[in-house]
Amino acid sequence: MAEAPFGLLAELTHRCPLQCGYCSNPVELVRRDAELSTEDWRRVFDQARSLGALQIHLSGGEPLLRPDLPELVTHANSLGCYVNLVTSGVGLSRERLRDLAARGVDHVQLSLQDATREGNDRIAGIKAFDRKVQAAAFVRDEDLPLTVNTVLHRQNLDNVAGIIAMAEEMGAERLELANTQYYGWALRNRAVLLPTRDQLAAADPVVAAAQERLRGRMEIVYVIADYHEAHPKPCMYGWGARQLTVAPNGDVLPCPAATVISTLKIENVREKSLHDIWHDSPSFNAFRGFEWMRYPCRSCPRKEIDFGGCRCQAFQLTGDAAATDPVCSLSPARSTVDLILETEMAPPEVPAMAMRKMP
Amino acid sequence: MISAVALDAVPRIRRGVKCTYDQIRSAHVVLFPEGVLVLNETAASVVSLCDGVRSVGDIALVLGDEYDGVEPADIASLVARLVERRVVDVDG
Repeated sequence: MAEAPFGLLAELTHRCPLQCGYCSNPVELVRRDAELSTEDWRRVFDQARSLGALQIHLSGGEPLLRPDLPELVTHANSLGCYVNLVTSGVGLSRERLRDLAARGVDHVQLSLQDATREGNDRIAGIKAFDRKVQAAAFVRDEDLPLTVNTVLHRQNLDNVAGIIAMAEEMGAERLELANTQYYGWALRNRAVLLPTRDQLAAADPVVAAAQERLRGRMEIVYVIADYHEAHPKPCMYGWGARQLTVAPNGDVLPCPAATVISTLKIENVREKSLHDIWHDSPSFNAFRGFEWMRYPCRSCPRKEIDFGGCRCQAFQLTGDAAATDPVCSLSPARSTVDLILETEMAPPEVPAMAMRKMP
Repeated sequence: MISAVALDAVPRIRRGVKCTYDQIRSAHVVLFPEGVLVLNETAASVVSLCDGVRSVGDIALVLGDEYDGVEPADIASLVARLVERRVVDVDG
């Protein structure tokens, strides 16, 4: 039997006031009338805890848009879970945060799009910067730990020092600097987002120096730009290994992007229990362990480090979800990634960013 | 790199870190942003004594009454690993 998961990523809604062109939600967003009910979510949390999950990440979209968020926080906390609120900060008043903290939010993750008001609001598509700064102050006043999350790409990578300074000013204990991963909206906008080699080379020492300078005060987690690397990322630390995602409509996903693998039959919490889905479903068992691997992964000593990379990326770039992640230098399809880099890192005409919007 | 922790250092559980017992795994666990540590019996005892008052040396003495063969250096290295995982802070 598979080991129990540690965390549940609960995407309560795909609705969001922000329109970031790299949104990790799928391009086909779930509409409000298809969202799970409060009762459904309570049952999902119960089942996740019984299955072994100890962390519940309340995410979206923007979870603050769910009127039942306070009740869901209370419920997650009553199960003994660590409750993480993942928010844009838009709509997070002092009163709402105080109530959520009293109900058991343990930690807040706040997105920041760029170092300055102008840059932040251009990427977010709305005026959000001032509200984020304010939200961070409220989090600090409630004495909750704060992580700031910034997605890096061609439009903001040059400002990484400013982003780090901003996170410090906001009082963050952790800063996640995650280079864009190309799924969903980010895949659509790849030619606007892919950073150049020079940008990455300039950012690397800035991040490394800040990690050293801030040691013990603010932890900086840096997620690599995998197209530019020779080895793939250890995606999800293995398929169906540590965490599961429940989408707003109840779809249960081995990774948040898994809907891109159109050959995968996705199960739903309205029809089956999380226990059955985690342990017995074809979707969760499809790429568990090492047996599904082919060469070069199968015989590769790195398979226990990177688990063959990302299944979604393999599917998107090769059409085969069981292929080696094509960013790997050992993949027969690496030339596909190199061609993308050559044509999209500095395209002669940069297309306009397709902003994330619900139809 | 794991830096050494002195015997007179005083460890405390960091803000935002939750220690609890998981009936599903029948183990003490530490929950923190983006992470879970499943503790063995010794580690659970050490974590429960990281109260911001006792030093590493004090913790070793307390555990020495309870278990055989407790080495202060082993407690110090366990606390160092907890510092590295950002579960505890040390003063002093």
